Amino acid sequence: MIAQRVGLAAMRGVAKPNGLFVAQNLPKLALAARLPAQQFRAAATTSKVNLTPAEGQDILAKQRLARPISPHLGIYKLSQVWFSSSAWTRITGCVLSGTAYAYFATYLVAPLVGFHVESASLAAGLASLPFLVKGLLKFTLLAFPFSYHFVNGVRHLVFDIGKGYTKPQIRRAEQFAWSASILAGLFLAFGL
Amino acid sequence: MSALRTSSSRVLGASFGARAAMLPTRAAFTRSMATVSETPAEPEPRLKTFQIYRWNPDTPSEKPRMQSYTIDLNKTGPMILDAIIRIKNEQDPTLTFRRSCREGICGSCAMNINGQNTLACLCRIPAESSADVKIYPLPHTYVVKDLVPDLTYFYKQYKSIKPYLQRDTPAEDGKEYRQSKEDRKKLDGLYECILCACCSTSCPSYWWNSEEYLGPAILLQSYRWLADSRDERTAERKLNLENNMSLYRCHTILNCTKACPKGLNPGKAIANIKLAMNSS
Repeated sequence: MIAQRVGLAAMRGVAKPNGLFVAQNLPKLALAARLPAQQFRAAATTSKVNLTPAEGQDILAKQRLARPISPHLGIYKLSQVWFSSSAWTRITGCVLSGTAYAYFATYLVAPLVGFHVESASLAAGLASLPFLVKGLLKFTLLAFPFSYHFVNGVRHLVFDIGKGYTKPQIRRAEQFAWSASILAGLFLAFGL
Repeated sequence: MSALRTSSSRVLGASFGARAAMLPTRAAFTRSMATVSETPAEPEPRLKTFQIYRWNPDTPSEKPRMQSYTIDLNKTGPMILDAIIRIKNEQDPTLTFRRSCREGICGSCAMNINGQNTLACLCRIPAESSADVKIYPLPHTYVVKDLVPDLTYFYKQYKSIKPYLQRDTPAEDGKEYRQSKEDRKKLDGLYECILCACCSTSCPSYWWNSEEYLGPAILLQSYRWLADSRDERTAERKLNLENNMSLYRCHTILNCTKACPKGLNPGKAIANIKLAMNSS
């Protein structure tokens, strides 16, 4: 086996300069002399070679302190990180509750600063906005967050009974959640 | 290094040289030397560039960087692992990665390829697209060197779930613990896990809580022992999972199921654990 390799490696090296050269005719021992040069490799590390176990531990401890964390959010598939339904369930939940908190806080301080945020005046104020602005405002703050959170809430309830875990099911459910919630959001924002 | 192995001898040594040198030696006994000139023409090279994450512990102050290598796919095997082995052999011997079986059973070559955790040996080189292949170590792990992640803690977590049969009653026939075919069937899709850590390191929940949350791989293993009809410590195993972090950091993101290169379903296993936790 080794002898074969020696021969082959040497032939490769020799056959290259002129194609007519017949490697077979050369004594193998003479060719083997080329090997050390061919198989030389730079050491993978520059550290000392013969270490005691204690020295090795020291190096390991130092290396562990210096180790970087490999990239994660920045390099993982967008569809599984930034556009995962789990992340967006959370984002839409935050938007929904954020909107609610913002409104309630405004309502609380309204008498002090003279705002009018009662239902009637809000409805009148919104009605005076252009159709598109009104729709987009409702879509981003309420309609889409609500529908997406709702659809995915149902999806997670199905997960909790142990169903829908095969890859095709997951893919279909994600597609359904996105399209259904966008459509429902558009309907709630523009249709009502 | 590169001075000793010139690039021309490398390229030709791998392709033309090998063919030119081997064919005539076989034929030389019966045919004349003139056959050398009949070497078939080289096919059009199909070049592919691989961008690979590099970091060297010997120069820790240097930031990790991406290094590009271009190779000809005609001379490379079909899998990503073939490509990086070729790069290591022929272009840059300092490139470091783990590999062993090259057939998806050892789990050594787990890495992040084009944004998806998988085994390099089971992942085909996307030859149709001209885009570069980007290879990173498993996400959110400490990097030992280049593509080698530090999995010490991962293995410690595995140890913590006591991944072995625990029982007090001896076998009925004094020889082996028997189970019905139905009970054995419950372990299918669980025992095949090779602990490559692709699923755990694809889980954002595990990224942020890896110190306390066990992660999909270990939970799948955990369920493998919960589901085993021969194991008698089911209650104790469940009790160990009964806290905020170990199990319930799973938010059914399901990146684990999408990542598993063996086609297993850690997400489903975790759901089964959650159901089992409620049932008793």
